[in-house]
Amino acid sequence: MSNAATTTHGATPIPLDDNGDTRRWRGLVLPVVAILLWWALSRAELVNSALLVSPGKVLATAADQITTGKLWRALGASLTRELTGFVIGTSAGLLLGALLGVSRWFNRLVGPSFNTFKQISLFAWIPLISVWFGLGDTAKVVFLSLAALVPVVVNTCDGIRSTPKPLLEVAKVYGYTPVQTFFHVVLPAATPAIFTGVYLALIYSWLATIGAEYLLVAGVGIGNLLIEGSEHFQMDLVIFGMFVVGLVGWLMNALARHVERRLAHLRGAAQ
Amino acid sequence: MSILTLPARHLASAYAPAWNARAAIWFIAPWLLPLSLYALWHLGAEQGWISPQVLPPPSYVWDTLSELTTSGDLWLNLKASLLRVLVGFAAGSLLGLILGTAMGLWRPLQAYLLPTFNALVQIPVLAWLPFVLLLVGIGEPLKYILIAKAALVPVTLNTLQGFRLASPALREVAHVYGYTRRQEVVEVVLPLATPTIFTGLRLGFTKAWLSLVVVELVASSEGLGYLIVYGRQLFQLDLVMAAVIVVGAIGYLIDRLLDWSEARFIGARAASRLGTQGEAP
Repeated sequence: MSNAATTTHGATPIPLDDNGDTRRWRGLVLPVVAILLWWALSRAELVNSALLVSPGKVLATAADQITTGKLWRALGASLTRELTGFVIGTSAGLLLGALLGVSRWFNRLVGPSFNTFKQISLFAWIPLISVWFGLGDTAKVVFLSLAALVPVVVNTCDGIRSTPKPLLEVAKVYGYTPVQTFFHVVLPAATPAIFTGVYLALIYSWLATIGAEYLLVAGVGIGNLLIEGSEHFQMDLVIFGMFVVGLVGWLMNALARHVERRLAHLRGAAQ
Repeated sequence: MSILTLPARHLASAYAPAWNARAAIWFIAPWLLPLSLYALWHLGAEQGWISPQVLPPPSYVWDTLSELTTSGDLWLNLKASLLRVLVGFAAGSLLGLILGTAMGLWRPLQAYLLPTFNALVQIPVLAWLPFVLLLVGIGEPLKYILIAKAALVPVTLNTLQGFRLASPALREVAHVYGYTRRQEVVEVVLPLATPTIFTGLRLGFTKAWLSLVVVELVASSEGLGYLIVYGRQLFQLDLVMAAVIVVGAIGYLIDRLLDWSEARFIGARAASRLGTQGEAP
């Protein structure tokens, strides 16, 4: 995960390499054709129409969800959970990652255990979490915090450990105290990696929100919307739910990229 | 745990321990945390601090684990899970390699396809699940499709990213040397792209394994994830924990294996890459 420039983490899209080509409309051709095809197919009623709902039906469901306030209740509940878990997980992750990065002894003590823990698929913990914390919001927030914690720890530790040696030597020559070295040398050098970790935490905790709502079925949320749709064979509701999940993920991506650019800009101005 | 209170300055020299006691502590340090947690777990169960319904004693878990292995239940479920992950990964990564290569080599395709692909990537496996479930039912195809989707995304994106690494300048050099398009791809672009593609395959396998667990938790009647759900339903937490241990152990083994093969593979590739770059000027 150290080389953020060439790997994609598998979770985040990569931008179009269009070299300033202005024909951006080409990206819209495929979705438009797909929607037209979908519309035509559902109009022709060639296929079992219980599953092949028309785009109009999806739009009607969307309008219904929005106007009755169901969507906002679900989205509000999901986002509140997501943010709570994200904040807790990220704070703990920054602390743990910094300790792992700064102290060799702490790393030796805790690092291997953490790496083993990391290997266990996060979702495998859900049944245990449900026994220990129930099916409500506590259990979900615990799970989300864990989801956010892992990438922050890994990237913070990596970032701190890959501080260029010459910089540390310069700090030593200038007689910086360890605290000064940490805040004036190590932290600035590690910031891009730390940001990558926080960015991934935001994405992961959103994915985990859907997972938690799916597997710890209690209360409201976007995940519950999806379950409801699939249990009642309401394809329109399922498609609408997928769209909302994708849209929120996309917005989070865009927000994180925007903040990243601003931060890079501020850093550039400060130097 | 007095080590933690040592001032940071002394810790810097810990890599070359000056005396043996310190070297010994350094050596056993990684085991201290898991061992003390295990001891606490054991003690807690023994003393009755925690009810076995909430946290079964370690002995139960080991008994269940050995029972699972001797009765053959474990192998049956393991086989089902491994088959799913292999079929899904093979299909997803093959499609991902084709898609990534096609988009990498042929720019118009990228312009038409990538925005849609990027949009679909935003939808996680769990959100696809109800959709695919309604379309194909709860059988094996559901698992294959979702695992394949999980592997497809990182493989496609990394393959594409790998092809982008061959900078226009390098391709120009190939052009000047009179390379044909085929030579350019095989001898310049592909060697540069290989490490990134391999990273994609690796990520793809990890994602496939993660999705397997998720899919089996939600919808299956056999497999490691099912063991976990089954144990949870019967409130047999020893079974849940035994299955979680197996899932973790296999995830760990796969990770080690991929680490090892990546190091070998990319080590060899990096050398040949240096060779190519050495010739270019």
